[in-house]
Amino acid sequence: MAVHTLASTTGSVSLGPATALSCRECGERFDLAPIFACQSCFGPLEAAYDLPTGDPEALRARIEAGPNNIWRYAPLLPVPEDVATKPNLNPGFTKLVKADNLARELGVTGGLHVKDDSGNPTHSFKDRVVAIALEAARAFGFTTLSCSSTGNLAGAVGAAAARAGLRSCVFIPHDLEAGKVVMAAVYGGELVGIEGTYDDVNRFCSELIGDPLGEGWGFVNVNLRPYYAEGSKTLAYEICEQLGWRLPDNLVIPIASGSQLTKIDKGLKELVGLGLVEDRPYKIFGAQAEGCSPVSRAFKDGHDVVRPVKPSTIAKSLAIGNPADGPYVLDICRRTGGAVEDVTDEQVVDAIKLLARTEGIFAETAGGVTVGVLRKLIETGQLDPAAETVVLNTGDGLKTLDAVAPTTGPTATIRPSLDAFRQAGLAG
Amino acid sequence: MSVNVRIPTILRTYTGGQAEVSAEGATLAEVIESLEKNHPGIAARVLDDSGKLRRFVNVYVNDDDVRFEDGLQTATPEGAGVSIIPAVAGGC
Repeated sequence: MAVHTLASTTGSVSLGPATALSCRECGERFDLAPIFACQSCFGPLEAAYDLPTGDPEALRARIEAGPNNIWRYAPLLPVPEDVATKPNLNPGFTKLVKADNLARELGVTGGLHVKDDSGNPTHSFKDRVVAIALEAARAFGFTTLSCSSTGNLAGAVGAAAARAGLRSCVFIPHDLEAGKVVMAAVYGGELVGIEGTYDDVNRFCSELIGDPLGEGWGFVNVNLRPYYAEGSKTLAYEICEQLGWRLPDNLVIPIASGSQLTKIDKGLKELVGLGLVEDRPYKIFGAQAEGCSPVSRAFKDGHDVVRPVKPSTIAKSLAIGNPADGPYVLDICRRTGGAVEDVTDEQVVDAIKLLARTEGIFAETAGGVTVGVLRKLIETGQLDPAAETVVLNTGDGLKTLDAVAPTTGPTATIRPSLDAFRQAGLAG
Repeated sequence: MSVNVRIPTILRTYTGGQAEVSAEGATLAEVIESLEKNHPGIAARVLDDSGKLRRFVNVYVNDDDVRFEDGLQTATPEGAGVSIIPAVAGGC
């Protein structure tokens, strides 16, 4: 399929301020279309915009008057202007929790916040990206919404398709956590377990999309990926708005494919460019589980290419052994003066419990990875505890109960009597 | 050795729209050479200026990612399936 053919068939699509797709590698531009890789160099395509420059105060006022979800940022997203009127899950504007107890525990004196995205409609940040992909799917006339998923995304796609009245068919590795499988299946779409790892699922979906069997399907993280990925920018917008329209000093972000981290950086730069926040340095830190840490490995080895690995970790939502955006994560963490670090599964579980007992936030394993990495970064002197830090929790601990269940349970089981209670040593 | 090569949508301009073509070669490097002979221009899309696989291209011989094998020197046995896939997919 030639670029010029695409231009003639999809040139009329209107997705708000998005004007084109641009290759991150070679800069070649394409009309807005359901394509994801550059036809010249295979590089990733991303949305390019004509953003509303000129009057930051007016834009800020417009955003603040918007709905309490990601559509308040519609002027900065590849969505139609009337997006808020369409059936969508309307995710976002989740809590930014001032985590004073956790800060004390970790020795952070400059202020610590948890961006808690477990508060989204299907309890993970994936609702943000799917909401944007759904609008692109509608614009391109797709009737089936699909994805390759480590679990959270499958649920988000199933729910969004149900709300929008589209068919969904999602693909997951066959051995995911039970909670995620149920959450993906309950919305009534088709759920297919693939015998293999996430990378095998992803490969399968990439082949399906080039086959007539996949005709008319919008794969949110394949052929709609340039739009879908932009949804992660809303995390950057919200964090800054919730801090009072300013940049934090440090952000600790999980890495699966690495897209989220790169888009948060893009969002921060847009806010600076639009004059919505003051231009000052910030550092971005990436977090991986040791059992799937190809980006962390490359960072520590000083490489700019990520060598794929075969994942083995309880943090299954981050278990992408061949991370598509890995090279860009390395660029960003190095450019901003941050780092990429990893923690063991045991440290992930410890961090989940630490966040739960200090802040009342029950994170899924990916949240354990970010909090565990935050702790390690402080202990190893890589992150300044006197600086203001935001750490992301991208999902709900109820989805990964298996991770903590073996070491978490009742303190005691007793007869219903005061004597038994006293004898158990629980009084006072 | 004759192998079947799955061509991604963005390279089908070189194969006259065919999603699968056959090629010859005992290694992936030879298979790509063979593809280039029959579909001129395709090699430059898959390989960079120094002749290495582009960083956003994944190639599988049967079910194995060649980056876990011997890269361009990965053996391509008779009847093998070779898949060329854009790496920019998945996750978030």
